[in-house]
Order: sequence, then structure tokens, then C-alpha cells
Amino acid sequence: MTHTYALFHVLLALTASPLLLSLINRVKAFFGGRSGPPLLQPYYDLFKLLRKGAVYSRTTSWVFRAGPVVGLAAALTALVLVPLGNIPALSAFPGDLLLLAYTLGLMRFFTVAAALDTGSAFEGMGASREVQFSALTEVALLTGLAAVAAKVHAVSLSTLSSQVWAGGLAWEGGATVLLASGALLVVLLAENARIPFDDPNTHLELTMIHEVMILDTGGVDLALIEYATAIKFWVLSALLVSIALPLRTTVPALNLALGLGAMLILGVVVGCIESMMARLRLVRVPQLIVAAGVLSLLAFIMAVG
Amino acid sequence: MMQALGEFLVILMILLNLRLMGVSRLGACVQTVAIQALVIGALALLSQPKPGFWTVALVAAATALKAGVLPAMVHRAMRETGVVREIDPLVGYTLSVLIGTGMFVLSLMAARSLQVPSAAGTHWLVSGTLFTMLTGLFLIVARRKAITQVLGFITMENGIYLFGVTFAIHEPWLVQAGVLLDVFAAVFIMGIMVCHINREFDHIDTNRLSDLKD
Repeated sequence: MTHTYALFHVLLALTASPLLLSLINRVKAFFGGRSGPPLLQPYYDLFKLLRKGAVYSRTTSWVFRAGPVVGLAAALTALVLVPLGNIPALSAFPGDLLLLAYTLGLMRFFTVAAALDTGSAFEGMGASREVQFSALTEVALLTGLAAVAAKVHAVSLSTLSSQVWAGGLAWEGGATVLLASGALLVVLLAENARIPFDDPNTHLELTMIHEVMILDTGGVDLALIEYATAIKFWVLSALLVSIALPLRTTVPALNLALGLGAMLILGVVVGCIESMMARLRLVRVPQLIVAAGVLSLLAFIMAVG
Repeated sequence: MMQALGEFLVILMILLNLRLMGVSRLGACVQTVAIQALVIGALALLSQPKPGFWTVALVAAATALKAGVLPAMVHRAMRETGVVREIDPLVGYTLSVLIGTGMFVLSLMAARSLQVPSAAGTHWLVSGTLFTMLTGLFLIVARRKAITQVLGFITMENGIYLFGVTFAIHEPWLVQAGVLLDVFAAVFIMGIMVCHINREFDHIDTNRLSDLKD
């Protein structure tokens, strides 16, 4: 029975994940006093790109063509592994939190490899930045997950997320989970290249991280990358919601609705953060990620101490 | 419920310590110290089983002094010297935060081996107070500007204060009043000192005080 809901969650993510990004854009537009692009704009973009052909540079090899495909495949695998609140993941087994982290790592590896394959110095610079920052975010992500796992004595994301708030709101481990959630929020922003770290809209060469790596892709490949980005955002949001959302019921349908509501709220929160904060200078970015890692570490110390 | 609130406040205190180590703007540092004084006042009240009128009044007075008067004095020293941020500290900010995490682990280990009355609070509280003292000492050692060092001094006193209030069962207030008076006098003198150093040398970088000047 719960498997039906897990399948439903995956289907919903497949269809609605671009909507989450466009919700963020709408919130940013609201803060800027504009009406913003229509909610379905990401879908229009995707369909437009899917109808286009692609031009490949002669310097590129199969790595460049494999990048977007492997990236999307890795994102979809991650989606199968992630729970949403009390709704378990479609595929759950002990240790899947490591697999989730490294699936995202594989996605990043292939994006970086494809960027390097173009032979452009500019894209190499972006790839270098991406790798540098993600080396730090990975520590924060894994330590945060380890803290929560140590607190509830579970190493599967689905059991972990269903047990995490089982003790109610006044649960003594709440502090640990809050700290880990704070770290995961920073990880969510950093991994998805959102504003304090990177601006998804920018094409200013000095500070770009993520956008710079996909400058040479176009057409179907770009559509795959954009779609994979949306799925990745959904995956990390669902992970954060699964750990941080204290409202749990015994009715699966209600749980799904609560989880989706929390995802929407998270989208609005991200939109607010993006509207109110300026992007950090590039040298300050590692500082903030290290701070998130320290939060995770603190949560871990509290969980085992 | 009280336990959860206490634990929340202890974590807030720890995070404020880490923030103190990680920010360069002196204004933010002063603000952090003031917030920490409020948190510590709340923790001191929570740690008493049944606070009487005098206890509440003393905690309120101490908190008002440390969250209001002392930060205002440091602010004044900042304004008069025109120093707004700590540039080029002896230990960088990211490294400071990492060292801070290490110090927290150390104080956790120390708190475990300390024999404290169990009624007084959890070992989180003990390690939090030890960590606050260590943070203060670290700020004194690792920063160049005299104002930051004064802030480190206040932070250290915050830790001693909470430790004393929570764990000195007999006559804690006598001890506390003495410590508080010391700190008040020290900050008062240091505030004047900082202004004088600044007027004399045109900077408050303590590392360069040994340079001779005509």
C-alpha cells in the first residue's frame, strides 16, 4: 500500500519538479515587484529545447555526449532512493543514504567531465570551482545524515525519515535534527547553485559556477540537463523535508499531502532567501559551506555524545 | 519541556560562540556577545529549581549589565576609534571556527570527567559553559584588535558566570557579584585604555604596541 504512494511520489516528482523551480522564480518576481514568468515556463523551455538539434564541437568526444544522459540517469536514480516524510522511497535498503550521496556525486562527475571535454578554459574554471565547493558540501551532507542516522539508529533513509519525529515535538533529539536540517538547507542551496552561492540566471563570467559548465551544450542535451537540475532540486528538498518536517500522521495520503505542502513552503523559503540575500563573494563561499559542515559536526557530536 | 528549552538555549549559546569566532565585523561581534548574555541569563534562571525574588533580581541586573551596558561601552569605544572590522586576524575565520569545533569536543570530554551535581543540569550545559570560557580565551589570543580582546574577556566572564551560578550550590551570588564587579571595572578601564592607545598610536593593533614611537 505504501509502495503505491512511493510510486505516486516518484511520478509526481517526474512531472512537477520543474514547477518547484518556477515557484521560486515567481517568489523572486514578487519581491522584485514584477509579475514574473508563467508557472509553466520551464515546461515551455524544455519542449522548445527538445525540438532543437544539437551542434557538437570537433574537440569533444563521447564524454561530452554522455554527460547529460548520465546526469539525468543519476538524478532519476537518486529520486528513486529518496523518501518524502513518512512516504518511503521506492527502493529502500540499509545504507541507501551513502548511495544517494554518491549518485549525486556521479551526476556532478559527469557534468564536470563533459565541461572539461569541451577544451574551453572558461568551462574548466567552472568545473574547478564546482569540484572545490562540492568537496566541502559532501562533508556537510554526509555528516548531517550520519548525525540523524546515529540519533535514530537507522541507516536507511526511509526508516530514518519515518522514525525521526516518531517521539513527537518534544523529542530530546529535536535539537540534533534541527542542526542537521540547518546544514542540509545550506547544502540544498549550494548543490543546486542557488543564490548565496551561485546565481542560476547569471551569465557573468567571473562568478559563475554551474551555468558556466553547460555553456557549450544546446538542444536536447541542454533540455536533459535542465530537467536533471529540476529533479536534483526536488531530491534534495525531499530529503530536507523528510528530516525536518515534524508533522506526521498515520494516514499515508495525508502524509503525502503534508510532504508536498512542506516542499512548496521550502520553495517559497528558498525564493525569499534568494530575494533577500546578495550572492557571496567567491572567496566567502567556502566559509559558509564550512560553517554548514560545522553545524553538521555539532549535530553529530550531540547525537553520539 | 523545560529540559528541551534548556537544551535549545545551550545549543544557541554554542552557536553564538562559533559565530563570534567566524565573523569579522566588530559590530556583529558586540551584538553576538549581547545576545549571548541574554541566553546565559535565561539559562541561569532555568537552572534554579525555584528562583526567589532576589535571585531573579540579581540575574536581571547582571543580564542588563552584560547585555546592555557593557556592549554600549564597547560600541562607544568602537565609534571613537573608528575601527569597524578585524582585518587580518592572527588565526583566519574558517580555521577559527574549525578550532572552535575542536574546543567544543575538548570541553565535552572535560565535562564528562567532571563530577558535577546531577541536579544542576545536563553535561551539555557544563560543556557549553567550558566552551564559552575557551572561546573567550581564544578570542583574546587569536585577534589583534584590543576591542575584540575586550569582547573575548566578556565572553570568558559569561562562561564563568554561568558555571558559577549553575554549580556553586552555596552562596553562588557572592562569588558572582565579585566576578561581575571585576569584569565591569576591567571593561571600564579597557574602554578608556583603548581610547588612549588609539589616540597615542593611531591604531589599536596590540601586536604593534611594542614598536617605538617618538
